[in-house]
Amino acid sequence: MANGPVLLIGTRKGAWMLTGDAQRGTWRETEPMFLGHIVHHAVLDPRDHRTLLLATRTGHLGPTVFRSQDLGQTWTEASRPPAFAAGDPLERSLRAVFWLSPGHAEEAGVWYAGGSPQGLFRSEDGGDTWAPMAGWNDHPNWPAWAEWPEEGTPDGSMLHSVCIDPRDPAHLYLGLSAGGVFETVDGGSDWAPLNAGSVAAFLPDEEPEYGHDPHCIRLHPLQPDRLYQQNHCGIYRMDRPEGRWVRVGDNMPTEVGDIGFPIELHPRDPDTAWVFPMDGTDVWPRTSPDGRPAVYVTRDAGESWARRDAGLPERAWLTVKRQAMTLDDSHPVGVYFGTTSGEVWASADEGDSWNQIASHLPEIYAVEFADPVDRSS
Amino acid sequence: MKVRIPTPLRSYTDQQAVVEAEGATVDEVLVDLDRQHPGIRFRMVDEQGRLRPHMKVFVNADMVRALDTPVTDADEVTIMQALSGG
Repeated sequence: MANGPVLLIGTRKGAWMLTGDAQRGTWRETEPMFLGHIVHHAVLDPRDHRTLLLATRTGHLGPTVFRSQDLGQTWTEASRPPAFAAGDPLERSLRAVFWLSPGHAEEAGVWYAGGSPQGLFRSEDGGDTWAPMAGWNDHPNWPAWAEWPEEGTPDGSMLHSVCIDPRDPAHLYLGLSAGGVFETVDGGSDWAPLNAGSVAAFLPDEEPEYGHDPHCIRLHPLQPDRLYQQNHCGIYRMDRPEGRWVRVGDNMPTEVGDIGFPIELHPRDPDTAWVFPMDGTDVWPRTSPDGRPAVYVTRDAGESWARRDAGLPERAWLTVKRQAMTLDDSHPVGVYFGTTSGEVWASADEGDSWNQIASHLPEIYAVEFADPVDRSS
Repeated sequence: MKVRIPTPLRSYTDQQAVVEAEGATVDEVLVDLDRQHPGIRFRMVDEQGRLRPHMKVFVNADMVRALDTPVTDADEVTIMQALSGG
C-alpha cells in the first residue's frame, strides 16, 4: 500500500488513484477501480488518514457509498447507504450521492453526504450507516429553496460544499445548485439562506433571498469567519459576522470574467485562493475563455488576481468541475486539477508552473488530495 | 424459486447468474434476495419502494412493474436492465 500522497480521481467511468513520491514530483496511475461506475466523489478521512469513502452509482443502479480501509485495495458497501426517509411526503428518492464531507475534527466517524435531489445525510460510524437529516430534508422551506420539483440545472440539482466551522461542529454551511448558500447554527435542526450580496442574474429579481447558484463554497480553517464561493454569477468573499457577499471576481480581467466551478483556499493563508475560469458567455461553453486555459490566484483576498498558465497548453478547451481542483498542504502548496477531457495537471509551486501527470482518463468529476500518513507530528 | 441476476448486480451474488429466493410477491422475493445478498435491493428499488428507471423485472415471460405481483415457487423471476448511454 502506498504511503506517499495520493490523488483520488473520480470519473464518469470509474475511479483511479495517482500515487506520488514524497516530493510530489512523479505520480503513478493505478488500475481503475469501479470501472464503468459513475464516481462523483472519493475522499480520505483527514482525521484518521485511513477511511476512504467513494460515492457512486451507475446509469441504472441506485446510488451508494463504498468504504475502504486499505486505500482502495478492498471495498465494503455501506450497510445503509444515504437515502431519503421511506414514506417521504414528497416521495423523493436519491439519484446520486454527489458530495462527501468528513465531519468536525472532534467528531470522529461523522460524515456528511450531499445528494441529488438536494438531500443532506449524516453518518456517525465512518460512512457505514447513513440517516437523512430531517432538519434540512423536511424543512418547511426546502421545496422552495431546492426549487422542488423543477430541478432547473442540466444534470439535476445537487447539494454540495458542506463546510464545517472548526470552532463549532453545530455550525455548518452548504450549497445548492441551484438554490443558494444556507447556514445552520444548531447542528442542522434549522437553516437559513445566506445569499445577501450575491447575484442571481438568471432570475427576474437579481438579488433574491435564495435561488442562487453557488458552484463551490469554501471556509478557511484558520479564519472560519471568512468564506469564499465560486458562483454561477461570479467569485465572492464573505467576512462574518457582516454576512454579505462581496463580488471580488469584479477584479478579474474583463476578457476572462469570473465564472467557473471550483475555488480552493491556501491552507495557511486566508488571503490566497485559486480558481479556474471558464467561458460563461453566450450559451455558456464552460470551456477555458478563448481556449486559453489558466489558473488564477489571488494573494490579497480577491482584491487582485494573477494569471498562472506556465506549462498549460496555449490553446485548449478545458472544463474543470467543482470537485476537480484540490490542494495539498506542503510548502509550497501543491495545486491540482482534473479536466472533463481526462487530464490531470499538477503544480508543485502554488500554480507558478504546471505539469500534466495523467491523461486519457474518462471525464473527470473529482480530484481530491489525500495523505494516508499523518505527517503533522 | 430461481432468480436470474444481470451482470451489473452479480457483484452482490458472488458472480452467480442464477440464485434462489423465496416470497409470495416480487417484492418479497427482492427482500429475501437482499437478506441473502445485502445491498442488492436498493440498487434496484428506491427508498419509496419504486423500481428504479431502466430496471425491469420479468415473472416468467411477463414484464411486471408492480412489485406486489404475486409469485409462486414454480415461477422464475428475471431481473434485467435496459443498457443505455455511452
